[in-house]
Amino acid sequence: MSIFSANNMKLITNPLGRQNPITLQVLGICSALAVTSKVKPAFVMTLSVMAVLAFANVIVSLLRNTIPSRIRIIVQLVVVASLVILVDQVLKAYVYDVSKQLSVFVGLIITNCIIMGRLEAFALGNKPGPAFLDGIGNALGYGWILIVVAIVREFFGSGSLWGYKLIPESFYEAGYMDNGLMILPPMALFIVGIIIWVQRTKDKELIEE
Amino acid sequence: MKGLRKFLDKQKPAFEKGGKLSMLGSTFRAFDTFLFVPDETAPKRGTQIRDAIDLKRTMSVVVIALIPALLFGMYNVGYQHFKSIGELANQEFFDIFLFGLWKVLPIIVVSYVVGLGIEFAFAQMRGHEVNEGYLVSGMLIPLIMPVEAPLWMVAISVAFAVVIGKEVFGGTGMNIWNPALVARAFFFFAYPKEMSGSEVWIADKADAYSGATPLADAATLVNAAPNETGSILGNMASSWEMFTGFIPGSIGETSVIAILIGAAILLFTGVGSWRIMLSTVVGAVVMGLIFNFFGGNAYMTEIPYWQHLIMGGFAFGTVFMATDPVTAAQTRKGKYIYGFLIGMFAILIRVVNGGFPESMMLSILMMNTFAPLIDHYIIQGNIKRRLKRAKATNAIA
Repeated sequence: MSIFSANNMKLITNPLGRQNPITLQVLGICSALAVTSKVKPAFVMTLSVMAVLAFANVIVSLLRNTIPSRIRIIVQLVVVASLVILVDQVLKAYVYDVSKQLSVFVGLIITNCIIMGRLEAFALGNKPGPAFLDGIGNALGYGWILIVVAIVREFFGSGSLWGYKLIPESFYEAGYMDNGLMILPPMALFIVGIIIWVQRTKDKELIEE
Repeated sequence: MKGLRKFLDKQKPAFEKGGKLSMLGSTFRAFDTFLFVPDETAPKRGTQIRDAIDLKRTMSVVVIALIPALLFGMYNVGYQHFKSIGELANQEFFDIFLFGLWKVLPIIVVSYVVGLGIEFAFAQMRGHEVNEGYLVSGMLIPLIMPVEAPLWMVAISVAFAVVIGKEVFGGTGMNIWNPALVARAFFFFAYPKEMSGSEVWIADKADAYSGATPLADAATLVNAAPNETGSILGNMASSWEMFTGFIPGSIGETSVIAILIGAAILLFTGVGSWRIMLSTVVGAVVMGLIFNFFGGNAYMTEIPYWQHLIMGGFAFGTVFMATDPVTAAQTRKGKYIYGFLIGMFAILIRVVNGGFPESMMLSILMMNTFAPLIDHYIIQGNIKRRLKRAKATNAIA
């Protein structure tokens, strides 16, 4: 079976839409609220989660036949925690300012429900190859929501994107003002809610009874 | 009137099923039933209880009750403006009122145009009938805005309130929070500079004149040193001014007299719940007394409990916001609990956190959230009590 077979591609595309970890499974909401006030931290967060999730999936998948099921949670935690520490060190070394902005939320990747969820639901029962793709797919599904939310919040909340001022000074002189609510975490919840609303309006099968 | 009825009847076929303009049917029916009481206010079959008054007429009563506060608000806008530039003595009553009218009218127009526009659009899209709930919200929103609120901010707040506060839950009657307060809360958190401080409450104010509301003055008491207390209290408006309403503040909230007239209309017609109004006042008095006795900061000890009732938006919130039939508790006992907690929290937030002087908004929104929970426990309690009674009688038999 080639790595780009239809089944494998589904592992990547499903979490982007119908199986999205945030909008459908409603996992990983905490970090979606906490790190999305600017695009840059949201992007770095996405990459970090992608690295942790993909490699944790591969490692747990490799170990899956040797882990006694009674202690599997502890084993998964050890794997995830080591990867998170690695990611944290890399961020501190190369993008210190973003790492400061993300503060505790890099460490809190350990508690991101998406990661434990994928390990339990997928990596424990599948080969390393598909497990890797599943990790990448879910991280992408998580990431695009984060980045869309961050774009809306940074543009309307700070008038900029990726730190570059986009709304010209003349607007502010004419009476325009940045929306302070956009910077506050509740607004992320509203935006995620609106994304869920749009998604379910387009795809009626997703609506629960 | 007859001519208008005839005209509407003539247009009707075009909007009915299969007609040329059937797409806009719900819009037409909304205007039709607003202008004339329809022959049947409840469907012929399936409804056992009929009321002589329908929802549109109930809403109209609330709008009528708001008129005293609105008219006084307009007059007060002019009054504060001319007072701040020191020309009050040279102005006729009518000029003062006209100035206020000119300032307040655009906010009302924006509120109705944006709010009703979205409401009509959603009704058309979903194929629903247009709901009448926005009639009241559209009037409430201008009354709780500062007069200097930029119109585009009002428009965004209204849009947010109608879409997120109401339409996502399914429209009028399904919303959890009072839409007018959602609009104000959005405004407050999104553009705090435009809704706090001393610059926004008086229209075209002279720079040197202090335009702080009594509520904002009082909020500085939270962190005031003991020797500053006297001067802050000296700056504050007198109780009589607060009662009559000749103070800066949101457009409709300043005059307790005008609000009491509105309350009388609501209570006389039975549209507003006296249980909620009474318990809200009692809750505030109890909390005020507790703080008066035990103290903690200058705000708690220096402002007597009864003064809280005439300060800021408390009276307006109690009469027009807390009693909103959709978002308040529905059960009789629940209404007492709901109102009491609104009053308590309003005073608690006010005297403890100087950052949120207008606590009535936050307190009502919070209790809106808890209203279904309160009702749930009241109803469950009732069921349990009755089950017990049934078991007891069974045991005897």
